[in-house]
Amino acid sequence: MASATAQAQPHLAGKLKLMICDDSNIIRRKIERELKIDRLQVISTASNGRLAVEAFKKEPADVVTMDITMPEMDGIECVEKLVALKPDVLILIISALSDKSTAIEALKRGANGFLCKPFTDRQLTEAIAELLRGAQS
Amino acid sequence: MMTKVELETFVEGTTHYFETAANQPASVGSPYIVQDGKPTVQEFTGVISIAGKRRGIVYFTASRPMLTVMLMRMGETELTQENMCDLVGEVANTISGNARRDFGKDFMISVPQVVAGEPEKVAPPDNMRSFVIPINWRSHSAQLVVCLE
Repeated sequence: MASATAQAQPHLAGKLKLMICDDSNIIRRKIERELKIDRLQVISTASNGRLAVEAFKKEPADVVTMDITMPEMDGIECVEKLVALKPDVLILIISALSDKSTAIEALKRGANGFLCKPFTDRQLTEAIAELLRGAQS
Repeated sequence: MMTKVELETFVEGTTHYFETAANQPASVGSPYIVQDGKPTVQEFTGVISIAGKRRGIVYFTASRPMLTVMLMRMGETELTQENMCDLVGEVANTISGNARRDFGKDFMISVPQVVAGEPEKVAPPDNMRSFVIPINWRSHSAQLVVCLE
């Protein structure tokens, strides 16, 4: 079922705002559990690209995790739209589509990193850490 | 005729999911062929359809008790029907991703469909034999079914 949540978090000074976009509820919840770290605050979740764009327009995130295969609007198209709205957004693609052409296409559209499903907790936190390090350098 | 390499791609996609997402490897039982009749369908099934160089379906089917333990191993506390559907869909999604990577454009692979509690909706094409590969994990057994011409 399509869903999107967004809550205003005006007290998050110094924290990076995270949006999670995946059509799987268990994956959204897993990412949310694992990324509740000091520097990140989950501000919204979405189950497809269209809902992600809507949530992003209401409150832009600094960091986004993005699935590719989703109903209504896929992750590749969504990446392009989010980057157009906020060019410095950091986007980590998290997808089971592990072929090189998919990764290259996502990076061309503006994504910053790629993590293959399935992933361990450690692989996820390391991928996010690398994304943030890349933004600082 | 389906090749051993093709079959291994589907099996590897399935076992990789258990090892990585559920933090515990699964073992592969002895495969068998269902020539006539319909292979096993358990309570939750993730199905991908394949066209192009091969035509048919591949599905992963598992019981509620197995999926419950998998969800718990993944840290999930909501052991709902929706999350069990999600889980078999994710396993099928991983199998699909592996196949796309290994087979390239020769295979056209659908987005996974999830069937819960309605085994008649999982319909391998007529007149095709199915390879059934038992996937054993802890005390549970799921099946990977590959039915390709």
